[in-house]
Amino acid sequence: MKLLQRFYLVEVVSGLTLTAAHFFRNMGLHIAHALGRTDARGAVTIQYPEERRPYSPRLRSLHRLVRREDGSPRCVACMMCETVCPAHCIYIVAAEHPNPEIEKVPARFDIDLGKCVFCGYCVEACPEDAIRMDTGILEFSSYSRDGMIYTKETLLALEPAGADGRPTSPVPIPADRRP
Amino acid sequence: MPKLTINGQAVDVPAGTNLIEAARKIGVEVPHYCYHPALSIAGQCRLCMVDVEKTPRPTIACNTLAADGMAVWTETDRVKETRKSIMEFHLINHPLDCPVCDQAGECGLQIYYMKHGLYDPRMRDEKVHKPKAVPLGAHVILDAERCILCSRCVRFCDEVTGTGELGIFSRGDESEIGLFPGKELANKYSGNVVDICPVGALTDRDFRFAVRVWYLDSATSICPGCARGCNIEVHVNRRRPHHNDGRRVARLKPRFNADVNRWWICDDGRYGFAFVDDTSRLVIPRWSRDGALGDATWEEAIAAVAGALQRFAPDEIGVVASPKMANEDLWALRRILESRGIRRVAFRVPPRTPGDEDTLLIRRDKNPNSLGAELLGLEGDGAAILAAARARQVKCLWVFGHDLLASAWPVTETDAALRALELLIFTGPSANATSERAHFTLPAAAWVEREGTYTNFEGRVQRFRQAVQPLGQALPEWDILGRVLRALGVEAGATRAERWFRELASGVPAFTGLTYQSIGDGGAALSAPPGGGAAGSHLVSGHPPMGPGSRSPLP
Repeated sequence: MKLLQRFYLVEVVSGLTLTAAHFFRNMGLHIAHALGRTDARGAVTIQYPEERRPYSPRLRSLHRLVRREDGSPRCVACMMCETVCPAHCIYIVAAEHPNPEIEKVPARFDIDLGKCVFCGYCVEACPEDAIRMDTGILEFSSYSRDGMIYTKETLLALEPAGADGRPTSPVPIPADRRP
Repeated sequence: MPKLTINGQAVDVPAGTNLIEAARKIGVEVPHYCYHPALSIAGQCRLCMVDVEKTPRPTIACNTLAADGMAVWTETDRVKETRKSIMEFHLINHPLDCPVCDQAGECGLQIYYMKHGLYDPRMRDEKVHKPKAVPLGAHVILDAERCILCSRCVRFCDEVTGTGELGIFSRGDESEIGLFPGKELANKYSGNVVDICPVGALTDRDFRFAVRVWYLDSATSICPGCARGCNIEVHVNRRRPHHNDGRRVARLKPRFNADVNRWWICDDGRYGFAFVDDTSRLVIPRWSRDGALGDATWEEAIAAVAGALQRFAPDEIGVVASPKMANEDLWALRRILESRGIRRVAFRVPPRTPGDEDTLLIRRDKNPNSLGAELLGLEGDGAAILAAARARQVKCLWVFGHDLLASAWPVTETDAALRALELLIFTGPSANATSERAHFTLPAAAWVEREGTYTNFEGRVQRFRQAVQPLGQALPEWDILGRVLRALGVEAGATRAERWFRELASGVPAFTGLTYQSIGDGGAALSAPPGGGAAGSHLVSGHPPMGPGSRSPLP
């Protein structure tokens, strides 16, 4: 260690100078930006949640169940996703569909997001393209384990994300937080 | 004995054996759909083509009898190409609805496509549409689109049950399986058409959408529905408890046994397992103290029962054992009876409606182990015990499984007998009118929840194995009785069914020499079979038992 470095004060002051330089520079740029100077760009801070990073279209976000034209699920309860799921987080109960051409329909389709590892195997395995992970929704939290279970009705109501990757449907409220 | 070679391997087979069975004998699988060893030869599916030396074209193995000096090749390029083409032909109009098909996972088309097909589909036209999800009867549902017209089900109804409900209607690619007008698939063996259907055309209504087959675990077992003791497999769903409404036993499937049931099982047996997961099951020992019925621990219940057996004089105690109990249970019971000198014992309770019987499998006696109980010396007059109870000579009655109030005995007399008792003990898997009246109820494990052996009416000892854990606190009867025996101060070391059986085999002459190992999965005949053992010999066929190649999902 050099002699100057041994006096810590010198290094402390030089460090603080660097920090202060960035602080005042960014403050100036942000103020300029706020005043309408669009070419002025401060440090890359995204003002989440008002502002969002653009998501990749391949991002695996909250699942949704694709609907048929009549609004019923496209899912035929074949259990492929339930079978392939490495986290065992999908719970399907099959029922008879009134139309014998369709035959099978899920009476219950629950995903336990507390267990889900977002591997996307369910989407890969689905022979009907009935489950997708394209809602763009990443915010799901709950005060309880039960609240992490998303039911068929919730998953059916979700829409795909917009072209910019932003969610177009509201973030579902977990069952345990509903009024 | 024709001697032939198959794929260069020499094999000796009895005269009249076809090439599929000859190949099976040396572990070579010839793929086939329409051939079934129990049915006549149809030659419908054309899949079992093999090359026979000095014949110009591949030949169907099912309808070619083995001949001396024959040289058969099952895996030549020509055979493989033929199989592939025939698979493609079978699948031309087959809807690819495997995701919704209950057969998926155990389907002959899926298995053989992966093994012998794997072609690129060339079919561009619209597939022919046929009726889907048509119930044929109480147990079977038809999807005509999935059918490959192998005609196994038609031949089964014509040749095995002789009821002839099914036929093939229309021509060409419009051909479909259907019921003759005014008929319903309502014979007593209708469920078997589901088993022999190699595809998903005929599926089980009871099992429909219940569990996907790859979630099922299986245990070899014996049907407890009648004295025949059909060999079965119990398919249980342990891995996905939210499926099948939480019921653990999903279905029973017949298991081949040339000497008992061959490939079949009756519908009563096949669908007779519902009680296992029913709410009427007894799950916790209960006793009445101070006039109120309450839950007890096993220790309390066992001590109370042992105390009662000591408190009453041996002559005041009656025991109505059950022919639904396994040999091991009955032996443990016999040890108790001997140690206390109890003489009033019986096991037969006449049913209110006499059972039906036929020449195929179904026996009038709806109990799996009547002969076992007889051989263990538990025969006695049940009506006399009840009469003695009415006369207040019998004060304590121990009933196993039976509902005495639903028997052929007059209800008023039975009721009076139960009323006169000081103590009624009930042991059984399910609650009934008699258990409602009991002062002590000891919950017993159902047959799928435990190990044991039954002796069928021909004197064949057959072993059933545990498929699931006992419900609640239920215990196998041999365990309950063993604990009572120990509480009575008798040395009873056996803590496993197998050990009870070993004890039984050394104590009862008819069972001498039998062990769980010698019984195996096929059962073992008693050393002195009753009545010459000739009964039911119509079942023993000339068909050779499955050889080492029987791993094929299709018999």
